[in-house]
Amino acid sequence: MKQSVTLNKVTQLIGMGFFKNIANLFTGKLEKDEVKSILRKTLVPIASILLFIGLWHAGAKALYNKEAEFKIAKALEDQGQAEADALKVCIASGDSSCQPNTLPSPIQVWGSFKSLLKDHNIISADKAAFKEKTAAMNAKRIEQGKDPITYTGRPSFVDQIVRSLKTVFAGFLLALLIAVPLGIFIGLSPTLKSAFNWFIQIFKPVSPVVWYLLVFMIVKTILIDSSEDSSFTISFISVGLCSMWATLVNTAMGVASVDKDYINVAKVLKLGTFQKVFKVILPSSLPLIFTGLKITLSVAWMVLIAIELLAQSPGLGLFVWEEFQNGANDSNAKIIVAMFVIGIIGFLLDRIMLAIQNSVSFVKTDAI
Amino acid sequence: MAYLELKNIYKTYGQGEDSTEVLSNINLEIEEGEFVAIVGFTGSGKTTLVNLINGLVQPTSGEVLFKGEPVVDTSHERGVIFQNYSLLPWLTVGQNVYMAVKEAFPKESKAQLMERVKQYVDMVSLSPAINKRPKELSGGMRQRVAVARALAMKPEMIIMDEPLGALDALTRGNLQDEILNIWSKDKRTALLITNDVDEGIYMADRIIPLRPGPKATLGPEFKIDIDRPRSKTELNDNENYKKTRNAIIEYLMDIGDERKSVSNEEYILPEISPKSFVGQF
Repeated sequence: MKQSVTLNKVTQLIGMGFFKNIANLFTGKLEKDEVKSILRKTLVPIASILLFIGLWHAGAKALYNKEAEFKIAKALEDQGQAEADALKVCIASGDSSCQPNTLPSPIQVWGSFKSLLKDHNIISADKAAFKEKTAAMNAKRIEQGKDPITYTGRPSFVDQIVRSLKTVFAGFLLALLIAVPLGIFIGLSPTLKSAFNWFIQIFKPVSPVVWYLLVFMIVKTILIDSSEDSSFTISFISVGLCSMWATLVNTAMGVASVDKDYINVAKVLKLGTFQKVFKVILPSSLPLIFTGLKITLSVAWMVLIAIELLAQSPGLGLFVWEEFQNGANDSNAKIIVAMFVIGIIGFLLDRIMLAIQNSVSFVKTDAI
Repeated sequence: MAYLELKNIYKTYGQGEDSTEVLSNINLEIEEGEFVAIVGFTGSGKTTLVNLINGLVQPTSGEVLFKGEPVVDTSHERGVIFQNYSLLPWLTVGQNVYMAVKEAFPKESKAQLMERVKQYVDMVSLSPAINKRPKELSGGMRQRVAVARALAMKPEMIIMDEPLGALDALTRGNLQDEILNIWSKDKRTALLITNDVDEGIYMADRIIPLRPGPKATLGPEFKIDIDRPRSKTELNDNENYKKTRNAIIEYLMDIGDERKSVSNEEYILPEISPKSFVGQF
C-alpha cells in the first residue's frame, strides 16, 4: 500500500499521473470516465507510435527502391548490361557490399541498436580484462610514483552517452552557477540591469558554434601547459555559455516582477535585505527560475551535439559525426539510433527537472 | 497631543499633466486606545491613506505624526492587516506568523517565538491548520491568519485595510467579534478602513466618511455613543444606532448624488495597457 502511494507521488511529480489509473486497472477500482482516460492516454499514443513506424517503414522502402533503381541504371550506363544484372542480383541478395545508401528502415535501426549494445558488451569485457591484466603492474607503477597505465581503446556507444551526460551536467551546473546569482542581482537592481542589458541582448542570439570557437581561443591558451585533453573542458564551458541565457533572463524577470503585496509584507514586517531576498523574493520567483532552468537544460542537450562534434569530445555528437564520415553500411542506421537516444534522454532530463520543480516550488506545473 | 495625527495631507501620483491628486487636505487625529473607522466608496483612496499611515507611502505634502514623531518608514509599532491577506503562499500558517514574530522579537529564543506563534494561531482558532499552506484554507481562515500575523507582533496600533471585505456575511460577523475581543482585551489603538457602514458602527467609537477621490478628503465625523460590548441583535432596536446610521447613510447618499451630478463631464481615460515583458531583457 505504502509503495503504491509513493509511486503515485512520483508519477504525478513527473507529470505522468495517468499511471495511477493503469494501476487501478489491475485492482479493479475504475470509474467509466477513468477507462476513457486510460484509453486516451495509453492506447492513442501506442497507436500513433505504430503509425509512425509504419509510415517510416514505407518511406524507407520507397527511398530504398529509388536509390536501387538509380544505382542499376547508372551501372547500365557506365558498365553495360552484364554489370547491371550482377548488381541487381547483389542488391536482391541483401549482400552488404552493394546496398543502396539511404534512410534506414526501422528494422535496420533496431538491428544497429542491438549491435551497438553487443559492441558495448565486448568493449567492457575487454576493459575488464585489461584492468585485471594491468592491476599488478599499475600497483607497482603507483608505488614507484609513475602514472598507471589506462585503457586507451575506443569508447563504446554507452561510454559516449555517459560522456555526453557528464558534459551536459557540467555545462548545466556552470550555467546555473552563473545565471541564477547574476539574474537575481540584475532583477534586484535597475542599475545592474542597464549595465547588463546590452550584454544579454548581444550575446543571447550567438550561435553555439561561435561560442565554441570563443571558448576554444581562451581555454587553449589557459591550458597551454597542460598535457591533458582539454576537449571536455572546452565543450562543457561552451554548452554552459550557450544555454545559460534562458535562466538568466527568467531569473531576472522573476525577481523583478515579484507581487507587490509580498514586497509590502516584507516592508511592513521590516525584513532585512538578506531575509527579504531569501524568504520572499526567491521563493516567489522560483517558478520562473525553474522555467528558465528547464529551457537551459534542453538547450544544453541540444547544442551539445554540435559542440562535441567541433570539440572532438568523444560523446554522442562525435559519434554522430564519425558515423556520418564513416559511410559504412550501417552508419545511417547508427545515426538514427543516436537520434532516438538523444531524444529520449532529452525527454527524461526534462521530466527530471519538472519533478525537482514540483517538489520545491509552491506552484505545481503540468507537463506538456 | 494626539496619538496619531495627520496634518494637511496631500498625495499626488504621477507628475505634470498625468498627475492625479488622490488625497487632498486630510486632517485626522486619533487618541490612544480609540477605535476609529473610515468609511468610503471603493476607489476613494482608502488604501493610499492606509499606506500613508503605516509608512509604505510618503505624502506629497503634509505630515503624518505617530506619537509626535513623523512617520518616514514602516514600523513594528503599527501592525497592518491587508485587504487581500498578503500571506506568503510558500509558507505554512505557522511559518507566516513565525516570520513576523521573529522580526518583531529578534532577541527571543526559537522556543519562545514558537510559543508566541502557537498562542496567536490559537487565538484565531486555527491551531488545527497550523501546518497548512494558505492555498488550503478558506478566505475567512486566511484572513484570520493575517490577523494573527499582525497581532503577534504586538503592535501598539492596528491598521486594518478592508480586512473583511472579501468574506461572506457570517464569517465577517464572527471575525468582527474576534477583532473587537482582541482590541478590548489590551486596548490598543485601532484604525479600520471599510466600505460597510454597519461594520463601522458596530465596531468603532468614531466614524469618519472619506469623500470619493480624486481629491478625496475626510467628511465630518460621527460619534457612536453605544455602550460596549455591543450586541448585533440589540443594536437594531437601539435609537442611537438608528439615528447615527441614518445620518451617515444620508451623508454618503448626498455625496453619491453629488458625484452623479458632476459626472456629466467627459472623462479623459488614462493611457494604460497591460505590462509587457517583451524586449525588456
